[in-house]
Amino acid sequence: MSTRLATGGRLLNKSKALNFSFNGTTLKGFEGDTLASALLANDQVLMGRSFKYHRPRGVVASGAEEPNGLVNLGEGGKFEPNQRVTTTELFDGLKAKSQNHWPSLEFDVGAVNAKLSRFMPAGFYYKMFIHPRSFWKHVYEPIIRHAAGLGAAPKDRDADTYEHFYAFCDVLIVGGGIAGLQAAKAAGATGAKVILVEQTAHLGGRAPVDGGMVKGQSVADFITATVADLEAMDNVTVRTRMMGSGVYDHGYVLGYERLTDHAPEMTGPRHRLWRIRAAQTITATGAIERPLSFAGNDIPGVMLASAVRDYAVNFGVSSGDRTVVVTNNDDAYRTAIALKHAGLDVPAILDARPAGTDSDLMTQAKALGIRIMMGHGIATVKGGKRVTGVEVCAQAGEGAVLEEIVCDAVAMSGGWSPVVHLWSHCGGKLTWDDTQASFRPDPNRPPLGDRGQAFVRAAGSANGETTLNAVLSDATACGAAAAKAAGFKSKAAKAPTADEPTERAMIPVWLMPQGAGYKLRSKTWLDYQNDVKVSDVQLAAQEGFTSVEHAKRYTTLGMATDQGKLSNINGLAILSDALNQPIPQTGTTTFRPPYTPISMGSIGGEARGDVFQPIRRTPMYDWHEANGADWEPVGQWRRPYAYVRDGETVHDAVMRETKNTRENLGLLDASTLGKLIVKGPDAGKFLDMMYTNMMSTLKVGKCRYGLMCSENGFLIDDGVVARVSEDKFLCHTTTGGAETIHGHMEEWLQTEWWDWDVYVANVTEQYAQVAVVGPNARKALEALGGMDLSAEALGFMEWADGTLGGFDVRAYRISFSGELSYEIAVPASQGQAFWDALVKVGADLGAMPYGTECLHILRAEKGFIMIGDETDGTVIPQDLGLHWAISKKKDDFLGKRAQQREHMVSDERWKLVGLETVDGSTLPDGAYAVGEGTNANGQRNMIGRVTSSYHSPNLDRGIAMGLVLHGPSRMGEVITFPGTDGKDYQAKIVNAVFYDPEGEKQNV
Amino acid sequence: MLILECPCCGITAEETEFHGGGEAHLKRFGPDSEDKDFENYLFMRENPKGVHFERWRHNNGCGKWFHAARCTMTLEVFGTYSAQTYEPPKALCDAISAKRPGWSWGAFS
Repeated sequence: MSTRLATGGRLLNKSKALNFSFNGTTLKGFEGDTLASALLANDQVLMGRSFKYHRPRGVVASGAEEPNGLVNLGEGGKFEPNQRVTTTELFDGLKAKSQNHWPSLEFDVGAVNAKLSRFMPAGFYYKMFIHPRSFWKHVYEPIIRHAAGLGAAPKDRDADTYEHFYAFCDVLIVGGGIAGLQAAKAAGATGAKVILVEQTAHLGGRAPVDGGMVKGQSVADFITATVADLEAMDNVTVRTRMMGSGVYDHGYVLGYERLTDHAPEMTGPRHRLWRIRAAQTITATGAIERPLSFAGNDIPGVMLASAVRDYAVNFGVSSGDRTVVVTNNDDAYRTAIALKHAGLDVPAILDARPAGTDSDLMTQAKALGIRIMMGHGIATVKGGKRVTGVEVCAQAGEGAVLEEIVCDAVAMSGGWSPVVHLWSHCGGKLTWDDTQASFRPDPNRPPLGDRGQAFVRAAGSANGETTLNAVLSDATACGAAAAKAAGFKSKAAKAPTADEPTERAMIPVWLMPQGAGYKLRSKTWLDYQNDVKVSDVQLAAQEGFTSVEHAKRYTTLGMATDQGKLSNINGLAILSDALNQPIPQTGTTTFRPPYTPISMGSIGGEARGDVFQPIRRTPMYDWHEANGADWEPVGQWRRPYAYVRDGETVHDAVMRETKNTRENLGLLDASTLGKLIVKGPDAGKFLDMMYTNMMSTLKVGKCRYGLMCSENGFLIDDGVVARVSEDKFLCHTTTGGAETIHGHMEEWLQTEWWDWDVYVANVTEQYAQVAVVGPNARKALEALGGMDLSAEALGFMEWADGTLGGFDVRAYRISFSGELSYEIAVPASQGQAFWDALVKVGADLGAMPYGTECLHILRAEKGFIMIGDETDGTVIPQDLGLHWAISKKKDDFLGKRAQQREHMVSDERWKLVGLETVDGSTLPDGAYAVGEGTNANGQRNMIGRVTSSYHSPNLDRGIAMGLVLHGPSRMGEVITFPGTDGKDYQAKIVNAVFYDPEGEKQNV
Repeated sequence: MLILECPCCGITAEETEFHGGGEAHLKRFGPDSEDKDFENYLFMRENPKGVHFERWRHNNGCGKWFHAARCTMTLEVFGTYSAQTYEPPKALCDAISAKRPGWSWGAFS
């Protein structure tokens, strides 16, 4: 069994016991434990189930690379799935639940999949679920959806807060192991600003576990001294619990700091995302041990040799009473020796290498009385939810069992792979190292920065170094070189020297035994989380998936939440073997950030709730709010959709406002409309290019409705243009369009017609604007008094400056409703006062404020188009019958050439018409009309669609506009719109002007 | 995230301060142009593996458009310059040719 040892546990504070729960059972651990070590200390080796076959799974690693030990952590607003037990620090009251099983971890129905695994090879889903076609939607998909997904999705809103933090430095070091610390010291000595980040809570990495002497001190003491040196340097910042998540273009690095995960009682943000700009980045990210591929290597109790050693030394936890060590290298001997020193039994070391000269570590192991079997390996592991023994075979053969050894744990080591992720994120290339059988960074092909300079360097074991001396000297040189590249001079830095045992070279072992038959290979796991076996990768190769990227996606190797940190190299070795080509020729899949999953909350940072995005409010916002506004977001603006009174529904309010505006007087806050000043000697010439209309001939004091198209010919914006003076125009844009249209104008002015004398200023927020609309509009303004607004003094489509009720105003006589209508602009600071004055004089004239929905109905009753309703980026003015607004006298304007293209002049383009339902009901917005026959896919042919649809209270019926094939020549025809509610709607094609077609109401 | 220097205001800033505007030095074809020329102007773009000339706007800064010469493979930025020109400055082209032997302005691979 796995249990807490009487000795060991250098990271524990044994004076502080902690309570936590796993699947509802209360267990005990110590301060300093990870959830993994605390579970092992309680003999909870079974921690979860695998994704596809629901196989029992125990922890296999001790760090970020862990594929198996994933749990649902926390409750309510603090719930989070897929948390790795190895990187979860224990705290008092921690609640964890295992995942991927039903009904329980011990007994799981889905495990029947494992019995069927022979019939569920690579590509099973693609092959199985394609026939019969109709089964997909009703049978396969619901079952797969039920089974899919890892862990449970959180249901409550995240209760924690998060933040972003910006940092700049000369040298950033990712990894606080012995290499990172040494590099930081070398870089810091030059005076460079250094930041060092370490993903765990402890500095020093695995060096204290692996042992050795540096400068006559133990490694642990050397590290303590180095950390003290760094703390004394003002130019060096060291952060623990912070992962280098990704390296991006030009030296941009994301750091992911976990502030309160280990101590939820702390206040402040839970995670902090550091956005770091570093001149030079050093990846001192260490190496990850590879599993060995033998049958049953996924049974709980089979662990990486380094992890078994970590649990014993760091946490004082035994992974089992009797541990068989299986290896192809010397490092695993350290595990055997550590276990022996802890008083545990190691019945054998199965070393796949042939017999030869003993190294220091082998001699030490022998001296401790451990049986060493050279040239041997594991044929298969015995056990179900827990290892019960191993069958020993010769590595060279096909797996004939020579003997069985009873044990309850297996410590395996297939060699070490440098963590090259961060090196690779931004284009760093790898080279194959034959002696270590691993990919390591190729210093000749590093990631390049903005001036073409190398900006990432790898140090220590992340650079492929394997001995303490080599790591220290590589890290020292790397730290100094990075500082120099960042512009800091250094004296030749001297690396400390270490005493360490000699090691015998490893040999690559990709399959154990070498000649394992299908039966063994189909029980030999490569990817533990996604259940990918050696036989699956071989099948993929056999079926033609020869590219490593294709084989990955076909088998799902390395596609789980651990992204194949343990499985990738082993998998591509198997693939290379199947393809009969060397590993470097197969290559690796692409390494992408983040290194391990980071929280969504940290990515969002502070941008949530009220500060998710800026909200734009007009000067009259508070009045609207106090008077029942039902808000509608329009871009970043908030506009009243309707003003809802007590006892009314929103629909009631819209109907009331729409009738009242036609009968009495409506007031609209139109301040959000874009207002661009275009000024300069060439302003008229410029607007002639911007608009389809001729603007240069507009007289001072007059207004003109203009259409704006992109160079592709499509309608992008519309609005009224007023000529303020000879060289100055005021262009109104749509509410959402001010910034983009301003940008559009600037783009053409700066990049095409840069010699034209024109300046554009966006003054949208400088003015409040009120539309005064309805039969009583003139009376209300006359009651304010101050300027002549008679039909003679201010005609339709004219503007004038003056005063009204003591306010300096600019009055435009324009109408988007078909009513007698003025839009009055006042300085923004006067907006609320002017609105109050209007409300006061309007009280006797039936004045009511109205919102955007009423505005829409009023314009639709008149057949006026709305950008975004009648247009969608594929509509040209000609489609909307707006030929009258397209100047034929101009040689050029944006969109003119495009509107001459074959498809743009086709008779088959859908054209704007009015639509009237036969029964007076309201057409569903966006519904499509169906015509005769079917298309190539057997679908009914479409002949049009609804672009705007409303119930008109003034006409007491549904009205709509739509784009219809040959629409204008089909007046009176009835066409069918099938709704999503299953009903067919019949509508007659009519003129789009439903109300006051003669336009008498606005010309009074 | 790229770092670019705005040649108008002289500020070196993060990519988030800028907005990319596609290929630089396109020649506009207007109403009297041939279909083929207009199609090329509107739709056809170079997509080189290597040196590329791009339009950028410093839209969260001075608001000005400028041009950048950049390697699409290594992300090296060879230089930025005014958008108010029909072709890149000679000194910049010479510097790129020195770094990328065989490269010349207007020849795409």
